[in-house]
Formats: sequence, structure tokens, C-alpha cells
Amino acid sequence: MAFRVRGTTQEFRFPVWGLLFLALWMLPRVLGVEEIPGHNSHENQGFQIVTFKWHHVQDPYIIALWILVASLAKIVFHLSHKVTSVVPESALLIVLGLILGGIVWAADHIASFTLTPTVFFFYLLPPIVLDAGYFMPNRLFFGNLGTILLYAVIGTVWNAATTGLSLYGVYLSGIMGDLSIGLLDFLLFGSLIAAVDPVAVLAVFEEVHVNDVLFIIVFGESLLNDAVTVVLYNVFDSFVSLGADKVTGVDCVKGIVSFFVVSLGGTLIGIIFAFLLSLVTRFTKHVRIIEPGFVFIISYLSYLTSEMLSLSAILAITFCGICCQKYVKANISEQSSTTVRYTMKMLASGAETIIFMFLGISAVDPAIWTWNTAFILLTLVFISVYRAIGVVLQTWLLNKYRMVQLEIIDQVVMSYGGLRGAVAYALVVLLDEKKVKEKNLFVSTTIIVVFFTVIFQGLTIKPLVQWLKVKKSEHREPKLNEKLHGRAFDHILSAIEDISGQIGHNYLRDKWSNFDRKVLSKLLMRRSAQKSRDRILNVFHELNLKDAISYVAEGERRGSLAFIRSPSTDNIVNVDFSTPRPSTVEASVSYLLRENVSTVCLDMQALEQRRKSIRDTEDTVTHHTLQQYLYKPRQEYKHLYSRHELTSNEDEKQDKEIFHRTMRKRLESFKSTKLGINQTKKTAKLYKRERGQKRRNSSIPNGKIPMESPTRDFTFKEKELEFSDPEETNEYEAEEMSGGIEFLANVTQDTATDSTTGIDNPVFSTEEDQSIFTKVPPWLSPEETVVPSQRARVQIPYSPSNFRRLTPIRLSTKSVDSFLLADSPEERPRSFLPESTHM
Amino acid sequence: MKVSRAYQSELESEEGKGVSSEQIEQLHRRFKQLSGGQPTIRKENFNNIPDLELNPIRSKIIHAFFDNRNLRKAPNGLADEINFEDFLIIMSYFRPIEPNMDEEQLERCRKEKLRFLFHMYDSDSDGRITLEEYRNVVEELLSGNPHIGKESARSIADGAMMEAASICVGQMQPDQVYEGITFDDFLKMWQGIDIETKMHVRFLNMDAIALCH
Repeated sequence: MAFRVRGTTQEFRFPVWGLLFLALWMLPRVLGVEEIPGHNSHENQGFQIVTFKWHHVQDPYIIALWILVASLAKIVFHLSHKVTSVVPESALLIVLGLILGGIVWAADHIASFTLTPTVFFFYLLPPIVLDAGYFMPNRLFFGNLGTILLYAVIGTVWNAATTGLSLYGVYLSGIMGDLSIGLLDFLLFGSLIAAVDPVAVLAVFEEVHVNDVLFIIVFGESLLNDAVTVVLYNVFDSFVSLGADKVTGVDCVKGIVSFFVVSLGGTLIGIIFAFLLSLVTRFTKHVRIIEPGFVFIISYLSYLTSEMLSLSAILAITFCGICCQKYVKANISEQSSTTVRYTMKMLASGAETIIFMFLGISAVDPAIWTWNTAFILLTLVFISVYRAIGVVLQTWLLNKYRMVQLEIIDQVVMSYGGLRGAVAYALVVLLDEKKVKEKNLFVSTTIIVVFFTVIFQGLTIKPLVQWLKVKKSEHREPKLNEKLHGRAFDHILSAIEDISGQIGHNYLRDKWSNFDRKVLSKLLMRRSAQKSRDRILNVFHELNLKDAISYVAEGERRGSLAFIRSPSTDNIVNVDFSTPRPSTVEASVSYLLRENVSTVCLDMQALEQRRKSIRDTEDTVTHHTLQQYLYKPRQEYKHLYSRHELTSNEDEKQDKEIFHRTMRKRLESFKSTKLGINQTKKTAKLYKRERGQKRRNSSIPNGKIPMESPTRDFTFKEKELEFSDPEETNEYEAEEMSGGIEFLANVTQDTATDSTTGIDNPVFSTEEDQSIFTKVPPWLSPEETVVPSQRARVQIPYSPSNFRRLTPIRLSTKSVDSFLLADSPEERPRSFLPESTHM
Repeated sequence: MKVSRAYQSELESEEGKGVSSEQIEQLHRRFKQLSGGQPTIRKENFNNIPDLELNPIRSKIIHAFFDNRNLRKAPNGLADEINFEDFLIIMSYFRPIEPNMDEEQLERCRKEKLRFLFHMYDSDSDGRITLEEYRNVVEELLSGNPHIGKESARSIADGAMMEAASICVGQMQPDQVYEGITFDDFLKMWQGIDIETKMHVRFLNMDAIALCH
């Protein structure tokens, strides 16, 4: 039904595709004709300036064109948001494939393009599975591993057996008519049709957004059941070729043994290669540019190796991804990590597109179609019914042991989400027609089953999920508190298990993480990476970064960063950071500086909302501006081509030099002040520490832009921070930043020029604790000039007069220039600021 | 064993399930083992658990066992020793949610669990997690990782505090200062976050394991 509806909608696009396709199709034929005379005349006429060699490029050319068509199709689908929100992409692609297949067939009367098992298993499947493994939420996965394994192993065996046997039973009753199949053929068919398909599940569930637990169970099952499928398929395949009467009990036992060998062996291969991969990436510091390649090559090798040893290749590459992700992500540079992420997603999504399109195309081939209504309908009924029964039975069993119960609704979604896909199709095509007499019937049934599950169930699962009110996954921004409490809970739980003396889930996890920290991480991670790999730190870091970006973005939007300084009285959050501290009482200004803990207030709430709504665009804009902003003139020089290096450090050196020169000047001037260099250095430390206190969503931007962030694609480099003598200007708020900030927002900059991949971020560095908290506004770094609007929190009550210096700035509309103006009395000219390039 | 029987009925009526009689027997065996046959456990006894040594917030957790607030005895202070009943009370904080609980019970259960955590943070029992206390906890939490310095732990705590302040208070007068996280604030922060899996231990098949220690 749904099929037909889709078909009609597709008609609208049909002319376009038809034309395009016909053009594609005609091209080789026309050219092919032309090519022959050209070739013939070649010898006669001597050297030819231009020759036309279609056959020379034919194969890769056609492949590339197909990929292009599939990708273009994706663009077209997404032109209409309405269609893609209702119809899963996989279904659209299948329909498109059917149409294209129809055209090809109409033009040629042979089905020349089909999805061959070799292409599928060697080139299309691995990227998808690797992607799944590499981005697997490990904790969730291992937390539900028991459940997943039960569904994957028992569930699949159950499905295969019941479907096969029931079909056989019905066959004996004679409804299907006269077929030359025996029990074993039915079981073989059952085993290949039983497995839930990872590609189809991913494609459909990614658009549905059910809650994490449900998703991981269905998806995990679809990945892990591969071993079962492979074994069942191989066992029955060999049984069929042996002949039913020659199968002995020994063979059955062998089959069971081979299940364990195949699954555990595949897993082991995966883990070994993951270990290798992690180890290799530990040493790729100097070959950054090929770093991402290792991830793909070694994972792919794990797939091929286990295929070679006839173990479960899917399991191997899944576990390779799962196991290596932590270490690889820590080891490779941020740029490489982004590359890996995008390449993997691109390959996976491309492969998926091609798979579904070619499933459609392959179906248009009269040669493979053998229609048997009873067989096909019954197969559909049986796989759905037995899947449901299996799920209910297993869930009943599991709920006795699970902490979080799987409810009826979950079970419905799980049964309904049992989609079949290309794996089944590829397996059925692999069958040998000589041994399996009714191969064509199996093939056509499989195609119908795949189309039915992907198109019909894929289409209806979204409304079903909404109608049943299945708990959806909510995407929340990570909160620091949540992470901290989560960590506390982990420790508490494992402690309780220790105390009550039992080995539970938490106990094992705790032991594992200890082992990981003590042995594995040390072995597999770069030293610099080891310290930065704490989840909490990462979240903290990320949040800080978001803050920083949103500040700048907001500043961009308003055309000035002045807004940050305007103290708005709404949404102020004050935390008293001046808690008892043992620090010595120091005289005068420095003491004041420390004691007058102050913060800048700004309307972060509003900002936050803005940020959320248009964050992406703003980020891009910011990013772009940052990149162009400050050092454009010098950036122009640096386009030196190098195959092995992405950036030359040329301009960095320049910056450094300029910076040093300026610094020297500044320092000299400081000598005349009372505090001298020593003090400035101390204060610089304050700044650094301070930065850590700034938090997103708080209205106290008393930090500054995170610097040297290895996890970002742009970097703020802060060379040094200095204050001028506060006394000089009569106000402690008048500390100014020297120009000693270098603000690099260079996407391609190699942060990892060396060990800095770790945290060079001053916040995370252990400094002598001076318990000083001075607030420094975050725009310090990007804008070079500073008028920190300090607000004495405890000792000095809030009063607008504290901000009087800011008045001109607040009125200003042009950002940097007005800053410069406002500060110009005490500022020395900043020679390194390319003033003219702003805006 | 007598002890356990005595409290078993009490626990089951009062606490309402979560810990079955069988499990109580096992817990009692474990208790005896920890206490060395004594009727009460002192703090030192916990030091004998080897697995606990690696736990970064070990002292806090052990502390929680002796906390009068958790034992529902007094609003503050520490008990010197706890008997098996107290031990069970603490353990009952971790019982899993029963499927047949109604909304109200669920809410109460959740609150209790969170209160346990709150008490762990609020070491001076003044009903507030102050910045100092928070820093303390974070430092301990992160102490497992030698690469993270005290300084970063502090800034993380500060950051978390700010986040808490902005979640819980939102608007403040300029001269107002956020004193610390109260329990209500704490609940607010947990709003919408599932703790189903985070605060539950299944006291299963402890038999063999408990004895082999």
C-alpha cells in the first residue's frame, strides 16, 4: 500500500530523473559507437591529438556516476522537508532504485546493475558497521550487553528455527503447491531471513529517536546477531549441499562449536586489531596527515582478516571500533579526529545510500522473480509473529534480572523494529542455484520481505512510536553538575557493592576502569593525552568553550563586545568565591586585588537562549570572523604547499616575534610602576586561574576564552597576560590587558605541534594555590584591550559608579575601534593589531 | 541470624520490600564478617575491605554509613558505631524501584536517594552545600586521576557551583550572594534526570561472593 503511495509521489520527480538517467544511459552507447572508428583510424593516421577511450574508463566512470546519482537523489529528497520527515530515506531510495532499475531495464532489457554480494560485503557493509562501532556509546552498550546478547543469540536462533519449521509445516500441508525444497532448505531460508539488519535498523531508528536503552538493544542486537546468522547460514548451507540424509549428529555439534569459534574469534580479532590501532596512533605524532588513514585501514584489515579466517567479520570490525575509540580519540589530534569523524560518517552514509538504491535496482529483474503468494505472505506473517513472540518471551525472562524493566511499549517497538535488509539479500543471492533449487523463490521472497519491512514498517514506526508515547531520547546539553554527581554515584555504587560483598555490574565496571587507568591507558595513550581524558574535564572544557564562543558571537551580533560590560541587573548570579582562605595578607593593591573578588554581570540567560536558537549560524559566523579578524594580512603569506604538513608555522613565528617585541616594551614601562614585573606576573596567574570559574549560563563571565584547546578546531593562544598597575589608574578595575594576547583562530593550525595535545590550558595546570580569585572578563583575549569591569562582591557593594570608565564603551557601536579609543590614554599603540582589517 | 529475623519484619513493613529476607540473611553474614563477629561495626572495620581502597571517595562513603542524618537518628553528628539495623537502613537507600510503586512512592524514593547524596556533600550538616564543601568533594572525586591537579578540580567545582546558582536562583540582586546549594536546589538540579540506574544495587546472589572474601 504504502509502496504505491510513494510511487505516485515519486512520479513528480520522475521526468527529471528519467531525463538524467536516459542521458546517462545513452552516453556510453553513443560514445561507444564513436569510439570504434576513432580506434580504427588510429593506426592509419599516426598520432592523434585527441582520442576517445570510453572503454578505458568505463567501469570506474559508471561507478562514479551511480554514486553521484545516489547523492544527488539525497539532495532532492531533502529539498522537501515534509517528505523526509514522514518517509524514511531508506524507503525513498528503494523506490528511486526501482524507478531507475525500471528505466535501465526498459532501455536495455537486461538488468546490468545489481547489488552483488562481493561489493556489498567487501565495500559497502564495513564502513557502516565501523561507523556504528566507532561511535558506539560504550557505557550504554556494555550496560545492556546481557540483554543484547540474549536477543541476538537466542532471539535469532528462535526466529530462524520457528520461521523455517513453520514454513516447512505449511509446505507439507500443500498450500504452496509443488516446490522442490526440503526441510533443510527451509531452515536455511529461515536462518538468513531471521536476522535483524543493522543497516536497515540504523537507517530507520536514527530518524525515530526512541530512548537510548531501546535503541541500543535493537541496534546492538542487529550488530551482534551477525555471528549467529553467519554460522546458521554456513551450517545449513553445507547441510543442504551434503544432503539431508547425510547429516549426522556430529555435524550438529560441530555447528554449535563453530558458533562459539566464529563469534568469539571474530570478537577477539576485533580486539586485537583495536589494540594495534591504538598502539599505532600513539606514535603518529609526526605524521599527522595520514593519521586518520590508520583508523580506516586497520579496522578494515580486522574485517578482512576475520573474513579470511571465516569468522564473524561484522563482530570483528564492530569490536575494533568499540575498543579503539577511547584511545584513538585521545591520541590523534583534534583535526584528525574531525577528519575521522566526517570521513566515517560520509562513507557510512554513502554506503547506506548506495545499498538501498541498489536494492531497488536489483529488484527490477524479471529473471529472479518467482511468485508464490502463499510462501511470500506466510514468510511475512511468520517473521513478524515469531519476532513478537520471541521478544515477549525473552523480555519476560530478562525483566527478572534487569534493573530498568522493559515495558510492553518497549516490546512492541522492539518487535516492530525488527527490520530485514541488505544482509539477508546478499546472503540469499550468494546461494548456489545448483544446490538450492528454489533459489529464485527465496530471492524474491527476501526482496519482498526487505521492501516490506523497510518501506512499510519504516514508514509506520514513527507514527507508532508517537502513538504509543514511547519515551523519546532527549538531547540535553551536558551539565557539569550532572557529570559530577554521576561520577559520585558510580563510586558510591561500587563501594556499596564492595561493602555488601558482591560482584555486580558496578563492581566489574569499577575494576575495569581501574585496570584501564593503570595499564591500558598507560600503554595505549600518549602521555600528554592521559591527563586530558577525564570525562568531567572534557565537559567542563566544552562548556567553557561554548561560553567563549557565545560571548564572541553575541559581541559580533551587536557589533561590539561592549554589551558584556554593561551590567544588567537581571539574571545575575553571584557566587561568593571569597571563601575563607589562608592566604597571607598582603599590602595595598595586590591585597585589594585579591580580596575584591568581583565579577562582571551580563545577561547570560538571554544570551544563552539566543545562542541555542541560532547557535550554529552564529558559530559559523564567529568562526569565520575570528579567522579573518586579526591576522589576516599575515595569513595571506602562508599558503605554502606541502603534502605532509597542513600549516606552516611561519606566521606563528611572526606573531611570536611581534609579541615579544611588544612585551619587552610593555615590561619596560612596568618597571617604572610600583608593582613591577613580579606583581604583573602574579596577576597574570590570577587571570589564568580565574578563567576556570566562568561557567556557561552563569552571568559571571569571569573567565576568559579558553585557550589552547585541543578539542576545538580553532585555538586561542594566549601568550601571556599582564596587568598594568592598578594604582596608577586609581581603580582596581583598571587593570588592563597588555596586548600580549595572541588570538589565533586558525582552523588548520596544528595545535599539536608537539605534546600540547594534552591540556596546556592554564586552568588545568597545577599552579601554586594562592587562593586568589580575580575576575577577568572573557573578551580580554579576543579584543586585546581590556577594561575589566570589576565588581567587588563582598567588600564593595555594587554600584554603577564602578563602571564609569565603561560608559563610552557602552554607547559605542563599533567594537574594536571604540575599545581602542576608550583605552587609548594608557594604551601604547598596538602595532601588531591590523586595525584596518576589522569588520 | 536472630538479629536479622527481628529486623526483617520491621524492615519489610516499614521500608517496604526491596530487600528480601534471603538477602537480609546474606547481608547479615557479610555484616558479621566485617565486624569480626561483633554486634556493631566501627569505621575501622571498613578499612579491611580491600576493594574499597581504590575508591577515591571512600572516606565520604564510609562517613555516610555513620551519618546520623542517614541513620535517621539525629539532624547531625556522627555515630561511633552502627549495628546491623543501621547497616540495613543505609543499604536500603540503594534498593531498586519496585514496578508496582505509584507516583508518590516513586517520588519519595527518589528524594530519599538524592538526600543520601546530598548528605554526603553537605559535610557540616547545615543544610547547604557550600562552595568549600563542593570543592572538597570534587577534589576527592578527581583524585583518582593523578594528572588532574587540585587547581583544576577547584575550578571545576567553582564552575559547577555557578551552574547550580544559575539553575536554582536565576535572578539575583547584585549584592546578593549565592550561599550554597540547599536540598531544594539540589532536587531542582536533578529534575528530569533519571536516577533509575544510578542509585540502585541489586542485592543478588551475594552468597558465594560474600563468603569468599
